[in-house]
Amino acid sequence: MTHFTKLLSASVLALTASIASAQTSITVAIQLEPPNLDPTGGAAQAIDSVLYSNVFEGLTRFMADGSVVAGLAQSWEISDDGLTYTFMLHDGVTFHDGTTMDAEDVKFSLDRARSDDSINAQKGLFADIADVTVVDPLTVAVTLSQPNGMFLFNMAWGDAVIVAPESIDTIASNPIGTGAFTFTDWVQGDRLELTRNESYWGQPAALETATFRFISDPTAAFAAVMAEDVDAFVGFPAPENLPQFEADPRFQVLVGNTEGETILSMNNKMPPFDNVLVRQAVSLAIDRQSIIDGAMFGYGTPIGTHFAPHNPDYVDLIANSTYNPQRARELLAEAGFADGFTTTLKLPPPSYARRGGEIIASQLRDVGITAEISNLEWAQWIEEVFNGKDFGLSIVSHTEPMDIGIYADPEYYFQYDNPEFQALMDTLNATTDPTTRSALLADAQTTISEDYVNGYLFQLAVPTVAKAGLNGLWLNQPTAAVDLTGVTWSE
Amino acid sequence: MIRYIASRLLSLTLSLIAASIVIFAVIEVIPGDPAAFMLGVNARPDTLLALRDQMGLNDPLPLRYFAWVTGMLTGDFGISWTYKTPVAELVNDRIWVSLPLAIYALFLSTIIAFPAGIIAASRRGGMGDVSIMGATQLGVAIPNFWFAMILVLIFAIKLRWFSAGGFPGWDTPLLAIKSLTLPAIALALPQAAILARVMRSSLLDNLGEDYIRTARAKGLTRRQALWRHAVRNALIPVLTIIGLQFSFLLAGGIIIEQIFFLPGLGRLIFQSISARDLIVVESVVMLLVFVVIVVNFAVDLAYAVVDPRLRSRT
Repeated sequence: MTHFTKLLSASVLALTASIASAQTSITVAIQLEPPNLDPTGGAAQAIDSVLYSNVFEGLTRFMADGSVVAGLAQSWEISDDGLTYTFMLHDGVTFHDGTTMDAEDVKFSLDRARSDDSINAQKGLFADIADVTVVDPLTVAVTLSQPNGMFLFNMAWGDAVIVAPESIDTIASNPIGTGAFTFTDWVQGDRLELTRNESYWGQPAALETATFRFISDPTAAFAAVMAEDVDAFVGFPAPENLPQFEADPRFQVLVGNTEGETILSMNNKMPPFDNVLVRQAVSLAIDRQSIIDGAMFGYGTPIGTHFAPHNPDYVDLIANSTYNPQRARELLAEAGFADGFTTTLKLPPPSYARRGGEIIASQLRDVGITAEISNLEWAQWIEEVFNGKDFGLSIVSHTEPMDIGIYADPEYYFQYDNPEFQALMDTLNATTDPTTRSALLADAQTTISEDYVNGYLFQLAVPTVAKAGLNGLWLNQPTAAVDLTGVTWSE
Repeated sequence: MIRYIASRLLSLTLSLIAASIVIFAVIEVIPGDPAAFMLGVNARPDTLLALRDQMGLNDPLPLRYFAWVTGMLTGDFGISWTYKTPVAELVNDRIWVSLPLAIYALFLSTIIAFPAGIIAASRRGGMGDVSIMGATQLGVAIPNFWFAMILVLIFAIKLRWFSAGGFPGWDTPLLAIKSLTLPAIALALPQAAILARVMRSSLLDNLGEDYIRTARAKGLTRRQALWRHAVRNALIPVLTIIGLQFSFLLAGGIIIEQIFFLPGLGRLIFQSISARDLIVVESVVMLLVFVVIVVNFAVDLAYAVVDPRLRSRT
C-alpha cells in the first residue's frame, strides 16, 4: 500500500513537474486591437505590435536594441555610387501557405508599396526606389533615384515586410508571412492566436502558441494582470500601478524606451510662435521633470531635442531649455508680450497629453501665457491640428523611429521652415559614411534645439509587466513590436 | 386588436425611417476624416486619395445614404473600413456576447426584483419593506461600472473564482456563462433596484383600488387578493420598465464590456467611433434602434395581453 502511495505521489509529482517545465504558451496583452492584419495598408501600430517579426519579416529587421540587421536578405552589396542595393536572399524560405519566398515576391512587395494606388501609410519609405529587378530567384537589385543613407533602415519597418501575390487579397484577415509564428485565429474584440511555424527557415521559436488580448481600460488591465489572466502586458496603461507590481514577487516590471519623442509642438507659422523669442520663452517656462512626474508618474527620459536618447548619435541639449520662468518672462517682454498672450492647446487622447496638458497650461500661466485646452479624439486631432494646422500648441509623442527629417518639411504641421536645415537633411540623406552621418545628425539636433522649434519634453517610456519566469521580451520598443521569437519561460 | 397592431406597426416603420436619417446625418458630420485616421500622420496626399476612393468616401452624401439603406434592406450592411470584413459578420460575432449578457442580466434583475417588490408591498412599513427599500436606494445610487470593479477586485483578484474578463466563446458553454456572470451581476443589480421599486409602488397603487376591496369583500384573504388581482394589474408599468431596461442593457453595456473586455456590441461601437469606422457605427446603431423599437412594439403587444381594455380600444 505504502509502495503504491509512493508511486502515485511520485507520478503526480513528475506530471506536475513536466507541466511546469514544459510551459510553452503565452498570453500577452496590449492596449489596442489591430483594426486589420495588413501591416502594409494602415498606420495602426497595433498591427505591427502583433505581427512584426512574429508573422511578417522584411529584407532587414530591427533588433531589440534598435540596430538594423539582416532579415530575409542574408547579405547585400551597395554599389559605389550608393544607388544600387543588391540583396542576396536566404534559400529555402517559404510562406505559411507553403509557397516559396523568392526575388519575385520581393519585387512584388516593393512595387506594390510604391504604386500609384498604394495605401501604404509609410509610402515615403519607398519614395527613392526607381526600379526593382529580379536578377535570379535569390537575388534582387533595387535601384534608387538618389543615394539614401536610410534605405536599409527603411526596409526594416513593419510597413516594408515581404508579402506574396498568392495571399495578398486576404491579408487583412488572414496574414500569410514568413515568420516564426503562423496566424491561427482572430476572435475580433477578444483575442488573436499564433502557433509556432514548424518549418521556419531560421531559429525556431521556443513558444508553441501565443495569444494576444486587447485591454485598453487601465482598471481592466490592472485586474487582468493581478488575476494572472495574462502572462505579460506590453505597454501597461496605468503607470501609477507599477510600484505595486514591482513589490509583488509574482511579477517583473520592465520600463523601456520607445521611439516616441513627446513634444509640446508649436505652430511656427502662426503669430506669436513665428517669433523665436516666444518659442524660447515657452520652452523655458516648462519644467520637464514635473511633467514627467505628474503625467507619467516619473517614467520617461527628459530630452532637449527631437532625438531618442538611447540612439548612439543623441546629443544632450537639455541645457538649452532648462526651466527658468524668470528668463521666460524677460523673453516674452523682449518679444513685445510683457502682458502675455492667449493661445490654444489642443490635446489628443493619450494620458501623456491630457495629464501633461494640464500641467503645462498651469506652468505657462505662471509666465503670463493663457493656454485654452481643448481635448480632441485622434481623428479630430489629425483633421484639425495635423492636416488643418489650426492650433497654437499641442502635445504629441512622435513615435516613428529616426524622424528628425520631418523638420525639413515646411508643410509638416508645426510648419518649421528653415532652408539651412532642409539643406542639411538633403546632405544627410545622400551620405552613407557613418562618421559623417553622425556629425550631420548632431548638427541637425542642435539646430532645432537652438531654434526652439518645439518644446522638447521627454522620451515616452513603455512599461511592461510580466510574470517573473518570463525571459526574452523586448525592453525597448525601437519599433512597435511584441517580438515573441526569442521569448522563453525559465523552469 | 388588428387596428391596434396596425397603428403600432405604422409608428414602428416611421420611427425606423426617421432614425436612419438622423443616425446617418449625425455620424457623417462628426469631425475627423476616416481615411486620414487610418493612414496616420505620414500618409501622402495621393495615398489618402486612393484610400478615400477605395472606401467610397468621394461619393455625394445622398447617394451614400441610399446605398446604405437599400443595402440594409437586402441584408447587406457593407464592409467595415478598418476590419475589412462584412459588418454583418462583425455584428453576428458580437451579438452573441451582448444579447446573452442582456438576457442574463434581465433574468437576474427580474428574479431579484419581483419577489423583493412583492414582499415589500405586502409588508408595507414592516422590517422587510424598510430593509428592501433601503437596499434598493443603495442599488439605484451605485453606478454599475464602480460595482463591476468591486466585483472584479473581490471575485477575480482576491478569491480567483472568476477571470477578470474576456470571453472564451460558446464552444465551451459553461465557461462562457461563467465569464458573463460578473458582468451580468454588475448590470443587473442597479436595474433590479429600480424594478423592485416600481413593482412595489405599482402594487401599492393597485392594492388601494376598489376592485381589491371588492375582492376582499368576496372573502379573499389579503394574500389571495394580492396574487390573483393586484400583481397582474401591477405588471403594466413593470413591463414598460423591463422593455426600457432590455434596450438599456443591450446598448448600455458599453462601459461594462470595456471593464470586462468582452467582445460585445458596445465595445465594437466604442472602437469603431474612435477609429472613425463610420459604416460600422451607423449599422450597429441602426440595429440597436431597430431592436429597441421592436422591443417596444412587443411591450405594446404585451400590454394588450395583460390589459383587455387596450384590445378593444379603437
